[in-house]
Amino acid sequence: MDWLSPSDFLAIPFNDWVNAFVKGWLVPNFRPFFRAIQWPVVQVLDGLDYVLNAVPMLLFTAILTTVAWRAAGRGVGIFTLASLFFIDLIGLWSETMTTLAMVVTAVLFCVIIGVPLGVAAARSDLFEKIQRPILDVMQTIPSFVYLVPIVMLFGVGMVPGIIATIIFALPPIVRLTNLGIRSVRADLTEAATSFGATSWQALVEVQFPLAIRTIMAGLNQTLMLALSMAVIVALIGGGGLGLTVFTGLGRLDVGNATAGGVGIVLLAIILDRISQAVGERKAVHTTSLAATLKSFFAPATRSEAGANHERAAPKGL
Amino acid sequence: MTSKIICSSVSKIFGTEPEQALALLRQGLDKDKIHSETGQVVGVENVNFEVSDGEIFVVMGLSGSGKSTLVRMINGLIKPSSGRILIDDIDIASCSEEELLSLRRNKVSMVFQHFALFPHKTVAENVAFGLKIKGVQAAERRERAHAVLEQVGLANRADSYPEELSGGMQQRVGLARGLAADPEILLMDEPFGALDPLIRRDMQAELLELQRSLKKTIVFITHDLNEALILGNRIAIMRNGRFVQVGSAEEIVGSPANDYVAAFTADIDRSRVFRAKSIAVEPQAIEAGAQVDDAARRMEDLELDALYVTDGDKVAGILTYRSAIEACRCGTKIVREVASHRFPAASPDAYLNDLYPMARMGLPIALRDAHGRLTGVVPPQAVFDKLAGAA
Repeated sequence: MDWLSPSDFLAIPFNDWVNAFVKGWLVPNFRPFFRAIQWPVVQVLDGLDYVLNAVPMLLFTAILTTVAWRAAGRGVGIFTLASLFFIDLIGLWSETMTTLAMVVTAVLFCVIIGVPLGVAAARSDLFEKIQRPILDVMQTIPSFVYLVPIVMLFGVGMVPGIIATIIFALPPIVRLTNLGIRSVRADLTEAATSFGATSWQALVEVQFPLAIRTIMAGLNQTLMLALSMAVIVALIGGGGLGLTVFTGLGRLDVGNATAGGVGIVLLAIILDRISQAVGERKAVHTTSLAATLKSFFAPATRSEAGANHERAAPKGL
Repeated sequence: MTSKIICSSVSKIFGTEPEQALALLRQGLDKDKIHSETGQVVGVENVNFEVSDGEIFVVMGLSGSGKSTLVRMINGLIKPSSGRILIDDIDIASCSEEELLSLRRNKVSMVFQHFALFPHKTVAENVAFGLKIKGVQAAERRERAHAVLEQVGLANRADSYPEELSGGMQQRVGLARGLAADPEILLMDEPFGALDPLIRRDMQAELLELQRSLKKTIVFITHDLNEALILGNRIAIMRNGRFVQVGSAEEIVGSPANDYVAAFTADIDRSRVFRAKSIAVEPQAIEAGAQVDDAARRMEDLELDALYVTDGDKVAGILTYRSAIEACRCGTKIVREVASHRFPAASPDAYLNDLYPMARMGLPIALRDAHGRLTGVVPPQAVFDKLAGAA
């Protein structure tokens, strides 16, 4: 006995609609446009990939270890050193550099796109209202779904992979930029305005420096999400450690798949610890962006003292 | 004195359709009615006032009275819904964005209730903020910041961060920041409201001291009538967005416009509001060279216990009825010889508070101006009558 269901009377050809929209309209009309917007991504990625693969392993290890040590302390420094040696010893150095180049490129574009969007959302309730569901969709939609149209519009290869990564990793930095700027005390912004600051001056002088910790937390999240896309991106022709895992999967080569996976995990831990330390150490006490950046490379012990000091005296602001 | 700030029929409606609410206001509906009918909130309603150059104009009201809205309209942080606000003939409500910025950078600055210091900047950088916004060079900024910090006594804390300072110090920094660009007008939004009572009193004294040399035009917001009376050349009492009464401290306390104002003034230390001259009577004096029996006769006629003795322009002494009678009995003739040189005297501007000890002597108190001339006499009883609210 068949129960009646609405589909007995009416069928909505949803898939046909989407096909018609993407294949029949979006791809033929906008393919050149999408080809054009990937140009900057290609430049940055090629440059980074070239540089990272050209730098000798030992030199790169020395640099990253120093950065990790200065920013996050001795423990993370030692961990970084050991991890990079391990990656080199299991023969995945070049793949790791490629993945790093992809991740850094994706994160860079997430910052370039995401921070202004976050600022705009903080300034306009309407913009935030419109933006929120879009970000929700970007975060919840399985990335496999948009791999197909991305391949149609951009082709296969590293760059489409980075575009997919940007879509997936963008929301946290937008959200946390918005949150960070919105949580700046209203009377501070008002004070800036009352002294004749333009809204740009208020942003640069007051809101942004006070929101930077929150924004750095968003950057950390974005970085982690970008790394988590490494394997998925291999599906559409991305290289690096993701490809190693993907190939291992295809051949049921458990050893290679695990090696690639371990490489991704180690890279993730290193980047996470460094970016987190950088975000936390950004005490409120810096005046300019240059000073802020400089402070990232000051010895870690001082930042801990700074953080304690701040925790001790949160009142009276 | 010229008017620095002129507000004429200024109203502010919060809501999406201010015009509708304004029309109802003009019909004479009250705030609550308008809110229930249109959903619009009346912040400030038809306020008029002028502030003269160098004057401290205090707006006193409870929270929700619209005083913070009012002060923010003076520098354009909030746009009035209707009316005009003129600062040196520039209408804040209708001037261009450039004019508004230049006004805020050069002419009007603000001090905030919770200090609103930038936690990521040092004290000196906070003070120099307005100058940085104006594009002043770093070296000059620093120099100016130090000069202003010197004025408020914090030069040695220039490189501290605000969180390292006490509340009173933080507000000094807030004041210094307001003064850094040498504005003509200072808007102070409950600047001492977040401070402890003792520190508040110090800051009030310090502000008056600074004002003596700076002579800024100050609009000062407070919810504390005592503070208003201490600081204000003139005081406006605000309630429900309207000015209930505008006047000097003596006018507010002496003749409150309605029960609302009267309720506020009930707790006020009247002896620190009223001045001696407000209760002085026409001085009855007698020349030092006059005859004692004439003096005694005059006292009998006027039903007085004592007469002041003048020598030319100056007050020379006091002659009580008792000593006059005694002098007559002993045969002394001339007032000068029996007049006592111990008499209570005060300036016409002295507060009643200062007259207490003198009133206890039981003699009328002489009010002498800067040249020593007798301008009035305060009968001791009048001091206590005034304090009791009888006169």
